[in-house]
Amino acid sequence: MLDTDFFRRWMAATTAAVDREADRLTDLDAAIGDADHGSNMRRGFTAVSDVLDKEAPATPGAVLTLAGRHLISTVGGASGPLYGTLLRRTGKALGDAPEVTPDQLAEALGAGVAAVAQLGGAQAGDKTMLDALLPAVEVLASSFEEARDAALAGALATVPLRARKGRASYMGERSIGHQDPGAASAALLVGALAEAAEPSGGGDA
Amino acid sequence: MLINVPETVVADGLRGMAAAHPELVVDAENRLVVRRDAPVAGKVGLVSGGGSGHEPLHAGFVGPGMLSAACPGEVFTSPVPDQMVRAAAAVDSGAGVLFIVKNYTGDVLNFDMAAELAEDEGVQVAKVLVDDDVAVADSTFTAGRRGTGATLFVEKLAGALADEGAPLERVESMARRVNESSRSFGVALSSVTTPAKGTPTFDLPPGELELGIGIHGEPGRERRPMMTSGEIADVAVHAVLEDLRPTGPVLVLVNGMGATPLLELYGFNAEVQRVLAERGVSVARTLVGSYVTSLDMAGCSVTLCQVDEEMVRLWDAPVQTPALRWGR
Repeated sequence: MLDTDFFRRWMAATTAAVDREADRLTDLDAAIGDADHGSNMRRGFTAVSDVLDKEAPATPGAVLTLAGRHLISTVGGASGPLYGTLLRRTGKALGDAPEVTPDQLAEALGAGVAAVAQLGGAQAGDKTMLDALLPAVEVLASSFEEARDAALAGALATVPLRARKGRASYMGERSIGHQDPGAASAALLVGALAEAAEPSGGGDA
Repeated sequence: MLINVPETVVADGLRGMAAAHPELVVDAENRLVVRRDAPVAGKVGLVSGGGSGHEPLHAGFVGPGMLSAACPGEVFTSPVPDQMVRAAAAVDSGAGVLFIVKNYTGDVLNFDMAAELAEDEGVQVAKVLVDDDVAVADSTFTAGRRGTGATLFVEKLAGALADEGAPLERVESMARRVNESSRSFGVALSSVTTPAKGTPTFDLPPGELELGIGIHGEPGRERRPMMTSGEIADVAVHAVLEDLRPTGPVLVLVNGMGATPLLELYGFNAEVQRVLAERGVSVARTLVGSYVTSLDMAGCSVTLCQVDEEMVRLWDAPVQTPALRWGR
């Protein structure tokens, strides 16, 4: 079972990963976007970590809805509403259970990903964060490691794609050959699940 | 770069703006710039916003005759819904609020969320998207055309109409009409350096230029060896006219991207006017200067807006903002 503390560790591990990889995310964004994805994600998840420490939400669902709300209020750009909606909808789908099973998390995250697809109007293969999230959700119930690997593979598979959504789409053919920064950060979020599940994982745990 | 640290660039700029413009309420903490006399009784409020780095857009266009409030985001990053909801509440007199949104995924998503939240709080909100950049194909394969220079025309003409006391539907439909009548094309002579990255966003060697750029250092569509001002004017104006096909007079904005001297912009304007004359397009009014910028990028853009008599009258109407000021 996954308790509230697991979800706090997940967010802490994501914050640490985003902080560690911020420069790489910004560099990926410079190639096909506007060179700010790393700093925006860092600002957002730093705010999420601060508010989780301060407010100590009581359930897994409450951790994610609070995190999502703070991403919407602090990140801006497209990433703020998209990542904020992902976590908020996932949290809402978890309801107010004190513990959830990996199956329930997989289903809830699926609902969150569907909400992202609807908000952004994107689908698989558009070279967006969905290309990392969709394959991860499919295998999430079997293991977090498989989900991490699927998300990473999905992010790498965006390299040959032509962007159809977001700022990279303005480049048309020239977006081919670069990894999508949103897919790269989504892979960090999924990878942090595996870290949070390790006994010593999750940054401040 | 003339900064302290990258993290405080936007807040530092707002503090300085507050000191220079006591006629505006500049809230550096909540990232808001509002007309001091807002809400003006019976007047529709105009709220715009977007990433910072395009100054004087948008905060420099707050004041009588133009915007009621502006929400600056981080550099090249859309503001967050909280800012827009606060702005809407601050400027709503009961006559409703128009959100003027440049067509970028982030701006659209955040303004959409803000519109819902503001309506929950009882503010009537209308939205107009600005998408004038002809360098982007408007197809299902892109996020649609970018909002660039036409934003200034939309904010000026809709702002003037709102100042006359027109109701929300009319202000909204004027804003929409201005956008539909406007097209832009931009050219970069250098890349752009964001404070967060500290190095150029794309690599543009000296002696080359990039056609069809946006205002965020997104690389353009085509790279060519350096051209003369006249050759650039030919390409830019032709690209705009091809798409706009005006049947009447136009407003012209010859806009600098941030690092191009006014002397060069005036020289470029002479070439733009030459091309327009060759193509038989009559010019109603012209504005030259750096108004919709991209940090330290060198280059320029051309925006044309086909106008009728009412639109020319709204353009000439008095305006009192930090960046545009005439007629009073």
